[in-house]
Amino acid sequence: MNFLAPIGRTFIRFLSATGRLSWFTCRGLSHCVRPPFYWRQIGRQIIDIGYYSLPVVGLTALFTGMVLALQTYSGFSRFDANSAIPTVVILSITRELGPVLTGLMVAGRIGAAIAAELGTMRVTEQIDALTTLSTNPFKYLIVPRLLAGTLLLPVLVLLADIIGVFGGFLVSVYRLDFNAAHYISESWKYLEFRDVTSGLWKAAAFGFIIVLMGSYNGFNSKGGAQGVGAATTNAVVSASILILISNYLLTGIFFAG
Amino acid sequence: MQVKNTPKIELRDVAKSFGSKRVLQGIDLSITKGESLVVIGGSGTGKSVLIKSIMGILKPEKGSILIDGEETRHLRGHARDLHMAKFGMLFQGAALFDSLPVWQNVAFKLLRALHVPPKTAKEKAIETLASVGLGEEVGEIYPAELSGGMQKRVGLARAIIAEPEIIFFDEPTTGLDPIMSDVINDLIVKCVRDRGITALSITHDMASARKISDKIAMLHDGKIIWTGPTSQIDHSGNAHVDQFINGRAEGPIKMQIRRD
Ligand SMILES: Nc1ncnc2c1ncn2[C@@H]1O[C@H](COP(=O)(O)OP(=O)(O)O)[C@@H](O)[C@H]1O
Ligand SMILES: [Mg+2]
Repeated sequence: MNFLAPIGRTFIRFLSATGRLSWFTCRGLSHCVRPPFYWRQIGRQIIDIGYYSLPVVGLTALFTGMVLALQTYSGFSRFDANSAIPTVVILSITRELGPVLTGLMVAGRIGAAIAAELGTMRVTEQIDALTTLSTNPFKYLIVPRLLAGTLLLPVLVLLADIIGVFGGFLVSVYRLDFNAAHYISESWKYLEFRDVTSGLWKAAAFGFIIVLMGSYNGFNSKGGAQGVGAATTNAVVSASILILISNYLLTGIFFAG
Repeated sequence: MQVKNTPKIELRDVAKSFGSKRVLQGIDLSITKGESLVVIGGSGTGKSVLIKSIMGILKPEKGSILIDGEETRHLRGHARDLHMAKFGMLFQGAALFDSLPVWQNVAFKLLRALHVPPKTAKEKAIETLASVGLGEEVGEIYPAELSGGMQKRVGLARAIIAEPEIIFFDEPTTGLDPIMSDVINDLIVKCVRDRGITALSITHDMASARKISDKIAMLHDGKIIWTGPTSQIDHSGNAHVDQFINGRAEGPIKMQIRRD
């Protein structure tokens, strides 16, 4: 019977980790709707998470759109389906590549930064210090990041959509000799409103996941510099995996049947 | 009359473990209003855990923690906040917020929790910085630019600015040179005794303990093994205390190798 023990132990550890994360999530959400609100902190996070992510997100989207047009061209020309390129580009970007790639890039940038900052605050007792100064660490540190992440990822993804489609347009017109006006009208032709909105809903979910994993790992880090390093890695890895899994589940919900 | 006799802080049989590691194993302690108690003990004996348990940052499994005669262990929400408002704390590494300039660190509680207008808060911060011997210009720089001793002073200013009734010092002189240590000790005596604040400090620096305390308690193996007035510390008749204050390797206290 002994070989069952490690399995049981792992399972129990998994359950308790899930429980702790759920409790953390509930606390975070409940503080999101109760005053006081630290508006200045929220503003700072909006700049950090939104504004400073623009270059990374913009570059990712631009090159993804460009490469998408090239690849589709080289593939579709084999069976004379070149006219489908504008549609393929815009649907791939708005439904999948915009939200997922933006989510993964921001997970690397913001998830890591949040985990490192909160982790350092934890091990240098700055989080305890907040409590002694009558300031709730959840409200002061986590709520502003959760709000900024959840609200700004859709904005970033909308910009990524536009830039990505523009990248595809550039390559198609200047390298593959498409007619510009024709390309634009073809792009719009099969685009549905929900192609874009589903991507934006996904983005909100990804933003929440990124900040949650960064905060959770940072907030609970222990043991000095090494602990903070581990928290940072865990934050990025777990956020990326959860983004990919939830992307599949959300796609199933939005486009089932 | 009742109020006079109630200890400011009273602990009864407080126990706290982390996993299988039993750190506090039944602490009894009592501090009267205006008194300065220093808890001495080796590294890793649970001195910081003791302070954090009293403040409610850590949750002990067992025992009573009475502040002004009121049980605080199960307080939550607003009732907990009311008690927290009585406390000030100077952390071991100062724990200043490195994203904020010094004056905003000092005025943090006034600005974020008590909603004092920034101008008034800044004036109060500069005044408090002056009382720990720091000039106005220090207020504008960031904590990372300060030396360890300066950071401790800023931490002290942050702890006293909102006029706490109880103040905790976690190893206020650890890591400082002897002269700076003495400066900090003097400031503690000045800020605490003169204002009638009740103080609970922890340290393993005996010079500091003698200077800032009225009473000393020794923590060993999760229990308070000796308590007495500071003047009695050299005649405690307790082998553990004698070994500790004289800093001898031989004696009943065995060096702990691992932290956990
Ligand atoms: N949050 C925590 N989780 C697990 N163990 C802890 C925690 N805080 C303290 N400990 C353990 O409790 C013991 C006492 O720590 P501490 O109170 O910091 O000692 P000191 O007397 O030096 O201040 C140490 O062995 C430490 O590893
Ligand atoms: Mg300590």
